[in-house]
Formats: sequence, structure tokens, C-alpha cells
Amino acid sequence: MSSRDEKLKILGHRTLIIILVNLLAFFFIVARLYYLQIFEADKYRTMSDENRISTRFLVPPRGTIYDRNGVVIAKNEQEFQALLLAEQTPDVSQTLQKFKNIIKLSGDEENKIDAELKKHRHFIPIKLKGNLPWDEVSKIMLNAPDLPGIEINEGLSRRYPYADLYAHVLGYVGPVAEQDKKDSPIYMVPGFKIGKSGLEKSLDYKLQGHGGTVKLEVNAFGRVMKEIERNAGSIGDSVQISIDTRLQQAAYQAFGENSGAAVVLDVHSGEILALVSTPSFDPNLFTNGISYKNWNELLNNERKPLVNKAVSGQYSPGSTFKIVVALAALEAGVIDANTRYYCAGAMEISGSRFHCWRHAGHGPQNVVEALKNSCDIFFYETALRVGIDKIHNMALRLGLGQPLDVGLDNQKNGLIPSQQWKKTVKDAVWTKGDSANAGIGQGYVLITPLHLATMLARVVNGGYAITPTLLKTTPQTAQKAKFLNIPQRYIEIVKQGMFEVVNAPGGTAARAKFNYNGAKMGGKTGTTQVRRISMKERKSGIIRDENLPWRLRNHALFIGFTPIDEPRYAVAVVVEHGSSGSGVAAPIASQILQKALELDIR
Amino acid sequence: MRYNSLDNRKDSIYGKLQRLSISYILLIVLLALIGTLTLYSAANGSWEPWAIRHISRFALAFALMPGLALIDVRQYYKYAYLFYFMTLLLLVAVEVSGHIGMGAQRWINLGFFKIQPSELMKIGMVLFIARYFSAITIQGIHAIRGIIIPVVMALLPVGLIILEPDLGTAIMLLLTAAVMLFAVGVQWWKFALVAVLIAATLPIGWNFLHEYQQNRVLTFLDPERDPLGAGYHIIQSKIAFGSGGLLGKGFLHGTQSHLNFLPEKHTDFIFTMFSEEFGMLGGLFLLFINLLVLLMGYLFAFRTRNYFARLVIIGLNTNYFLYIFINIAMVMGLLPVVGVPLPLISYGGTVMFSIMASFGIILCMSIHRDSSGNFDDD
Repeated sequence: MSSRDEKLKILGHRTLIIILVNLLAFFFIVARLYYLQIFEADKYRTMSDENRISTRFLVPPRGTIYDRNGVVIAKNEQEFQALLLAEQTPDVSQTLQKFKNIIKLSGDEENKIDAELKKHRHFIPIKLKGNLPWDEVSKIMLNAPDLPGIEINEGLSRRYPYADLYAHVLGYVGPVAEQDKKDSPIYMVPGFKIGKSGLEKSLDYKLQGHGGTVKLEVNAFGRVMKEIERNAGSIGDSVQISIDTRLQQAAYQAFGENSGAAVVLDVHSGEILALVSTPSFDPNLFTNGISYKNWNELLNNERKPLVNKAVSGQYSPGSTFKIVVALAALEAGVIDANTRYYCAGAMEISGSRFHCWRHAGHGPQNVVEALKNSCDIFFYETALRVGIDKIHNMALRLGLGQPLDVGLDNQKNGLIPSQQWKKTVKDAVWTKGDSANAGIGQGYVLITPLHLATMLARVVNGGYAITPTLLKTTPQTAQKAKFLNIPQRYIEIVKQGMFEVVNAPGGTAARAKFNYNGAKMGGKTGTTQVRRISMKERKSGIIRDENLPWRLRNHALFIGFTPIDEPRYAVAVVVEHGSSGSGVAAPIASQILQKALELDIR
Repeated sequence: MRYNSLDNRKDSIYGKLQRLSISYILLIVLLALIGTLTLYSAANGSWEPWAIRHISRFALAFALMPGLALIDVRQYYKYAYLFYFMTLLLLVAVEVSGHIGMGAQRWINLGFFKIQPSELMKIGMVLFIARYFSAITIQGIHAIRGIIIPVVMALLPVGLIILEPDLGTAIMLLLTAAVMLFAVGVQWWKFALVAVLIAATLPIGWNFLHEYQQNRVLTFLDPERDPLGAGYHIIQSKIAFGSGGLLGKGFLHGTQSHLNFLPEKHTDFIFTMFSEEFGMLGGLFLLFINLLVLLMGYLFAFRTRNYFARLVIIGLNTNYFLYIFINIAMVMGLLPVVGVPLPLISYGGTVMFSIMASFGIILCMSIHRDSSGNFDDD
């Protein structure tokens, strides 16, 4: 064999080995292909989807709120926004200039847009202006060819059709603040609003609904390529509240310019038929963020429109508290219907002089007369005899000084003092003077209008411990009110007193009486000082209220119910610095109750 | 492939054309077409910017291929050394101008055309080694001094190319030379010895690698080391393979590639994109075509009685095999990412022309299979 043949032979053998190695390498690749594409396919398919699918949350429409008759009082309204997609316009600043020629932008708004443009990538839409009225929307649409990259987006915004009428009941919604953030991812979604006060806040979870999701296909840079799947979520539950809008309007208007609060209750169900606090504000201002100017105005107003006086305002009940004192004394057997005390206009208690509001005195008074005339001397005597602790117990049974949660913010409990309370809180012994003051609803005693209305309702409904609620009750949800075990005859005595306050000649609220198809009003006035009257002033003659600055004038209170025989409605009215319970508060209560009768709210 | 026994006609153009392997050429065209369609998909269903250039380049290279095939095999033999040294000179020129300029330098710009000497060297070195070994005796091959020259002639360009730096090409050259030395019959123990020596000096060599090259190796060993940085490519590539499954996501529907998660989908990672859209079946088909081209090359090698021609085919075929294996193993995470494209499929002009040239030369060797054994004897 020649050298060349041998070389060829070796080359042939070695080539076969090389081919074999090549085949092995291909087999190796095929095995790897099988491993990746078959064996581990599921794992990589998931990873591929995670890569390309971006899940975003959709803001669910908030539940509607209705009044007791199905009138819409909080709803979602379509809102139009102008958005700019920077990547779809050849020249952003030129397009913005054209937009500004059509729609006016404030300096603040322009700065915000500039900041957003810098912050986001060019395919993320930027809000140019929200809350566009229809004529501006049509202007933008008309000029669409000149405005490349600008589009109109429809969103939902919370709307309160009755504006200030329900501000303190419904509250308002606003963007999620840092401290509101909870675990749920929906709270992180831009544009999601939550209840910030009122029922919007306490019923927030119910009203929120469930956020939907939309699955979007995104590329490696996060740009949205297409929508893959949409789960619309569900609208929040609607809520029907107990208030009657017509009565609410009547109550609100009855206050006129006055600052104060009124609460109307159905005495049997405990449903709040009206709850107003004046002055009020427009909650719609808050939906898209309130301006600094508006906010400051609300904050600095002397009459405190942001405070819900019906549940947060604590006042001395004044003579309206005499109802509680009378019932406590009757139940304790300290007095009966015929017990009379002589009113000489003033009396000495532990060395101090206690005056009746009527300097001349009322002469001998029984409990009914004392209520009718609002005689202070009678109730000093009664309070001294029955003692503060029995009054305290009766007040608590009637709902005073107790938490009455109706789902509003900053609800106050008021204060009903006792010997124990004074010892613990004031570190002092309860005095006779304290009892006398408590007997006419002054001193330490504090109530809110809601508490006062609840107290009256529990008395006139025959002694059943209804609890106030802002939600409309159905026969299924109606509360079984506990009987307070107050003998009916005592309640009748007190009711007789309240009847005469309004309907007897010389009753303190006689001017407010009405007869609506036979239905009359019973009630009790209250006028409480907000300043101390010095001995010197008392001698030289007390300054007449109308000569004092507004903030020093007396608070005017009235609690009333109707009809007399089978009471249905109870109202508590507080007019801040209204001077006179009989002159200012009682007429407002009278108007409200007549309206309730006229509407025949059930 | 009909055999023509008429000796007097075997050197005519007509005779040569008759001996051209039509099926080999068709397979090459098929690969280029698959490449073109994949590039069409890579551009999200557009001929621009890759597919149209790819197919035009192929057309041009395809037109030039018969020119290379029809040259007499003796000419290749005759000019093998000259071609090798010219190319080596160009490599040095590139290296020098690279030092004058800044950073990596792989090209020589002739104004109208850019040539990459390292690609030319893949052919030049094969021709050199083939000529060298066809001229020496079996005793020469077995002796150490017999293989010193080819080893040096292989290491010279490899060193220059590492300096460029182009690790992928350097490795391919080195392996091609090694396979050719193995083919001619260099003893097994010599390869074993070199392997041991390399293993022993590896830690030292590590320090000579550029940091990005070290990173590639480290990332290959542990892709999760830097999932958003260096490991990102290989992780996204594996996701694309895996999510393609058996049947794939369909032409133009590869999400990994179309949504840009897959990097370099038109060059190094084109096999990934193809397999994402056509699944394992598509991947197997593409592998099979490539394997056929490879095996036909070896068939040509066995058919020729000419030692030089046979060794040239083995060298060029090895080069082609290394392209395929390194590229595919790399995108599947079996090898570090070294920047080796998939011939005829990946976008890129240089590889297209060099691989078509090498197919042309393989065809030439096949056409001249009946040439006498050693041209020096003639």
C-alpha cells in the first residue's frame, strides 16, 4: 500500500469518527430542544405570560345612595377628561399651545402638565384637564385634526345632586391619602376615590364595589400592545338611607341664616327622617380636590360649616332637660302630679342665690305647670330632692350621654354627670348647687341634638329604647326596642306638660302651636347661657341678648313631637346663639313637624 | 449526480455543471429562504429592514458561488499558501489600525465594501492545512516536527483574532484546525496532552480575557447571577424556546420576540425566534436540513479520491458544523454567549458571503473528485 493510499485510509477512518461526533452533537441539541420545549414547556409558558401580560385594576363604580323614597342623593356622573399621548404628536409643545388656545389652563395646571410630561414615558397618557363641561368637550372634538395625540376620556366622578343639603350626612369622597392605604391593591390605583367623611366613609366598604381587572399585553418596554381580557368588576352596593329629602329640605330652609342643627326621628323605628347642620357646604367641591381658597373659607368661617353640629355639637340642654328630671323624680316617688313648690323668683341653696328665669316668680307650681312655664325653682327643688344619681340613671336610660353610632364622623356622646363622675374627673364632691344646676339642664350636663331627639322619642313613644339610625329600616330589619319600664302614667304627666308648653295660654312656646288636621305639637323650650352673668350685671340689669355680639348670645333649643296622642315624629332643634328657645327654635321645630305631617312620612 | 465516465469531457464547463449537486444547492436555497421568512417575522411582518437585504445578499452570493465552484481545484492548491499569508497580513493590518483607532476593530474598509479578514482566514487556514498535509508522508504526520508548521500557522491567526477581540471566531478557527489535524491522523495522545495542558493553564488564561468575556462565561455558568443584566438574554431565550412548545406560537406570533423580550432576535438569537414560532417540530426541521447539508458535504468528501480536496471539504464542513452547533447550543444555554451567528438564517453580510464561498469551494472539490491525487506530482 502506497503512503498516499494509507493517508487516504486514515483520513477516511478519522472522517467517520468526525461524522459520528457531529451526529452526537446534533442529538445533544435535539435532547436539549426536547427538554426546553416539551419537558419544561409549562414553566416557560407561564414565564412568557408573566413577561407579556400586565394586569391593571379598573376602578369600580361606587354604589348609589338613595333617600327613603328612592330619590338619588349620591351618584356617579360621567366626567370628561382631556388626555395627551405624547408619542402620538409630532411636536408636544406645539400641540399643547393649540390646546391652550381652545381651553384655558391655569398656571398651576400648566406646571403640573410639564412635570407629568417629564416624569412619564411618552406612551403613557397625561391628564391635561379634568371635569370638562360639554361645550369644551365639543370644542376639542371639533379641533381634533389640529390636536394630534389629544383624546377625550370618559371617567366617573361622584356627584351629589342636592349639594349642601346632605353634606353632613353623606360626607364626600376624595383620593386615597397615604394614611388610608390598605392591603387591597385597588387602593393603589390612580383615580380610585374613597369616602372621606359621613356615610360615604362609614359605608365605604359597601359602596366601593369590587375592582375589575384588565389584562393587557405589554412589550419589553411596558408599552400596551393590546387588551387580552377584561373583567369589569362589580358596582358597589347601593344604600337607602332613612332621610326624606323633602323633609330635609324643609328643615334646612327653616334655619334660614341661623347656625344650628336639627334632628327628626320616627319615634317608633328610630329612623332619622332629617338631620341638618347649618351652615353647610357643597361636597361636590371635594370630589376633584378642593381649592385652597374654598378650603380656607370653610375652615375659617366663624359658624363652622365643616362641623356636623347635629352629632358633634355639644350643648347644655337647658330646660329641655327638665323632662328627664321630672321623670326621674316621678319614678322615684319624690313628687307626684300634685306636688307643688312655691316659686318666689329666687331661692337660697348652700348660701348661693339661685334665680328663676322669671324674676317675679311663678307662685305655687306642680310638675305640669312647672314644665309649661319652665319654672326653674320647681326643678331646683325637685333635683335637690331626687339627687343627681337618679337623674343620671334616667338620662342614660333615655339615651343621653351614651354612644349613638349612626355612622357619622366625630360623633360626641355628650355628658351626664353623677357623683362618681365628679369625684373621678373633677376630684371634687358633688354639691347641692351642682344638683340644682343639673335640674335645669345647666352646669356639667351636655347633649347633642341627636341625643336630645332620641331622648324625646324614647319618652313619647311610651318608653321604648329606640336607637337612631340613618339607614332605612324594613319590616325585616326593624329594631325590637327594649321597654324602659317607665310607668305610663308618669309619661302622660310629662307629655301633658309638653302639650301645655305649646298649646296652653301662657305656655313658653305658645306662638309655635299648630293644628294640622287635628294633630298638635307638644314640646319643651330651652335657652342656655354661653357666658357668665356677674352679680354686678345682675344688679344693674342683665344686658338684653340682642345687644350682645352674636357669639355671646344664648343658645336656643326646642324639642317637639307630634301628634300628641299617638306621637309619630320627634324633633330636636338647636340654634346657636339664637337667643330664645321659644322665639327662634320652637318656630323652626314647628315648621319641620308640620312638614312631616304634611308629607305623612312612614 | 450522474457519473460521467468520459475522461475527455470531465474538465469542460458543461461536464462540471453536470456534476454540480442540485440537491445540495436546493438545500442551501431552502435554508436562505427560511432565514428570509424568519427575518420577515422578526421585523413584525415586514421586509424591511432585514428580510429584503438578506435575500438580496443571498442572491448575490449565490450568483458568485458557481464562479468559486468552477475554478479548477489545482488553482486552490496552487494559491493556498499565498491566500493564507495575504489573509494573515490583512489580520495584522486590522490589528495595527485597531491600535491606532479606538476599541475593537474587525473590518477593513475598502470604501465600497468592508471585508472581515477573520472570515477569510476560516477559508485560508483550511486551504493551508489541507495543502500542507497532502504534501507530507504518514511518517511526517506522526512526527512532532511534522505538525509544528500547521499548528503555528493555526495559532498565529487565532492569537490575532483573540486580540481583536473576537472570541467566537478564534475558538472556531482553533477547533477547525484541531479537527483537521485529527482527520489527517495525528495521534490521539497528542490531543489528550494538549487538553491536559489547556486545563492546567486555564486559570492563567482566565486573567487574559476581557471583563465582558469573563462575564459571559460566568453568566453562562449561572444565568440567574444577573437576571436583568448579562443573564437576561439567555433567560429570555429559554423562555422563548419553552413557551413555543411542540408546535410553536405560529408564524408572526412569537410573543417573546415580537414584544422585544428576546434580544438580538435577527442575529445570534434567530434560532430561538424560529423555535418560538414553529415549536420543536420547526426546530427539528431546521436542524434536519442543516444536518443534510453537512452529511452531503461528508459524502462529497468520501467520493473524491483527492486527498487535498477531501481535507478541504472536512475543514470547511467542520467550520459549518461549528457555526451551527455553537450558535444553537449558545441560545439554548448550553454554551456561553460568544457571538456566533446561524449561517444563512441570521442577518449579517460577512457570514453570508464567507459561508457561501465555503459552499462554493466544497462544490468545487466535489466537481473535481476525479482529479489525480497529488497535484505536486503532476
